[in-house]
Amino acid sequence: MNRLDFVDVLPTQQFSTRKSDLTSFEYSYKAEITSVYSLTETEKLYQIRIIDSDQRRQFTFKPGQFVMLELPGIGEGPFSISSSPTRHGDLELCIRAVGNLTKFLGRVPRGTLVGISGPFGTSFPVEDMENSDLLLIAGGLGVVPLRAPLFSVLENRSRYKQIDIIYGARNPSELLFTYQYQMWRQFDINLEIIVDQPDAAWQGPVGLITEILGERIEAAGNDLSTNTYAIVCGPPVMFHFVCDMLINAGLPMQRIFVSLERRMHCGRGKCCRCNIGATYTCLNGPVFDYWSVLNMKEAI
Amino acid sequence: MLFKVFPGNELETLYDILAGHHLVGPQLRGTDLNGQELFAFDYIHSFTELRLDFTSTVHSLKSFILPPRETLSSFTLTNGDWEKHVDLGIYKPHVFFGLHPCDINGLNKLDKVLTGPVYPDPFYTGKRKNMFIIGVNCSPQPWCFCKSMGTDTVLSGFDMFLTDLGDRYFVEIQSAIAYDILTELPIVDPTEADHRRFVELMDERNSKFTCQVDNSDLTKILDLEFQSPVWQEWGKKCMSCGSCASVCPTCYCYGVKEFVDLDLTNATKQRQLYSCNLIDFAMVAGGHNFRPDSASRLKYRYYHKHRGFQEAYEEALCVGCGRCGQACLAGITVPDVIDSVRRQEVPK
Repeated sequence: MNRLDFVDVLPTQQFSTRKSDLTSFEYSYKAEITSVYSLTETEKLYQIRIIDSDQRRQFTFKPGQFVMLELPGIGEGPFSISSSPTRHGDLELCIRAVGNLTKFLGRVPRGTLVGISGPFGTSFPVEDMENSDLLLIAGGLGVVPLRAPLFSVLENRSRYKQIDIIYGARNPSELLFTYQYQMWRQFDINLEIIVDQPDAAWQGPVGLITEILGERIEAAGNDLSTNTYAIVCGPPVMFHFVCDMLINAGLPMQRIFVSLERRMHCGRGKCCRCNIGATYTCLNGPVFDYWSVLNMKEAI
Repeated sequence: MLFKVFPGNELETLYDILAGHHLVGPQLRGTDLNGQELFAFDYIHSFTELRLDFTSTVHSLKSFILPPRETLSSFTLTNGDWEKHVDLGIYKPHVFFGLHPCDINGLNKLDKVLTGPVYPDPFYTGKRKNMFIIGVNCSPQPWCFCKSMGTDTVLSGFDMFLTDLGDRYFVEIQSAIAYDILTELPIVDPTEADHRRFVELMDERNSKFTCQVDNSDLTKILDLEFQSPVWQEWGKKCMSCGSCASVCPTCYCYGVKEFVDLDLTNATKQRQLYSCNLIDFAMVAGGHNFRPDSASRLKYRYYHKHRGFQEAYEEALCVGCGRCGQACLAGITVPDVIDSVRRQEVPK
């Protein structure tokens, strides 16, 4: 005799995207890769459009958040959204072909259907940064998560004061989004690019990102203590050097924002792969202010 | 909480009432080299298989709630299009007959993460909602340090909880279904003598705990000693095999992999339980490993369980069952590690 009743926790097949609903866990939007641009030898820019027009309009994210992109049968991975939040479900993801999934993505044609879930994580507080000077500092692939807040700022350019982008790459062939530099400069942005290993055609400065940053800080009279925000994205080794310089120039730690990279398998605070201590990079990050980073062991 | 008493020989009646369901309980699996009995949680098919006097199971209950491998979704692939299907893989309620307080506390701790308000896991929640739990009091083993973790008793998370008073069972009732089922047994209210016998038994049980660990100020100590050379010494011993996580009742981390059929018509997305001690746990594409050495991975395991979880939920992610120490090939136990970090010396 059966005394216990079965409780079906997913009684309907109506899926929801609300964080608190059980159905959201495995929900993904079906999306199409509408175009692929090769930016460098290894990085490609994918334009991805959520197919359902209602879902596309309702898909909202904040600059700095990421999505999980899934290719059925191949794998799933976290990618920073690199497009403007005002474009909703017409996403741009810049992806370096380096692992299993990303190498496969490097070979897929236009029209491939992928699954997108998210958006996940914290974002850069671009509204709080209004009426201030902005320092956007990117090393290598770090320019990718930086592009979403940059778009937000460009769309509301008049609300911000001086904007500096300092972008460092290993060599000129690894520079990303070269076709947009002219456009950024037209928005009255000081774009400084530095490479470590120049080629014959390179005419800009050579060295590390800290050199340009040093000049910028000097130009500000070695005082960033008022009305300045910084966003720093790049390889882990960069954070210490760059953030220390900023702090020494008086920039408060809670006005420096970084985006951290970790391995992720779920994006929903379950798999623990992205943990720093018990802080989930997918829930409490990937955007942290620098104080939180220093306050966490082994964060950088 | 409601307390009742029923005669010892009526236990089989209770089993029979519930035997129509999938019923999981402790059963004898064999003996180790020293002749010590080894138990496991598994499906029970007759009352004689059920061994409520078991010491402790080698593995936790995890294979029934967080299976080592679980399909999260499947896909049908057709001409470049695909469709996703989700099947939680649970269709029937399960009865868990004979869980020790540590096992029930382990489930309660997992609930905090996996059924919480942010992205609740439907696979786990589905199994959890279909559990009928009968707890049973245990006899402390030499490796149990649950008393130090505050998990030697359990206040919630079960339907009924049995304590053997000798010729009768003292039962704590937590749910209406449990009460309803027990009414079919000759239950009576406990007498004053039953109360005293219960308290005596608890006192006797408390005196049997031999293994202890000092948890006071542990969160601060773990922060202070984050760079301590003690971790390096433990790292040298640890073989990064992940046995501790596989037997742990509260380890829940996993990895997700996708598989595609050879004829390219179907694909599945599976999750596999993982261990933070395995070398590629925190390795990102491109080869950078955030925890490249065994010492940093072992440290992270303790840091997550005793520092990070404490910060998030005001309790440690450890129930003191001691299974990890029993399973560890290098003989690393939680009390030893915590003591050594506190005292800054590694026992030889």
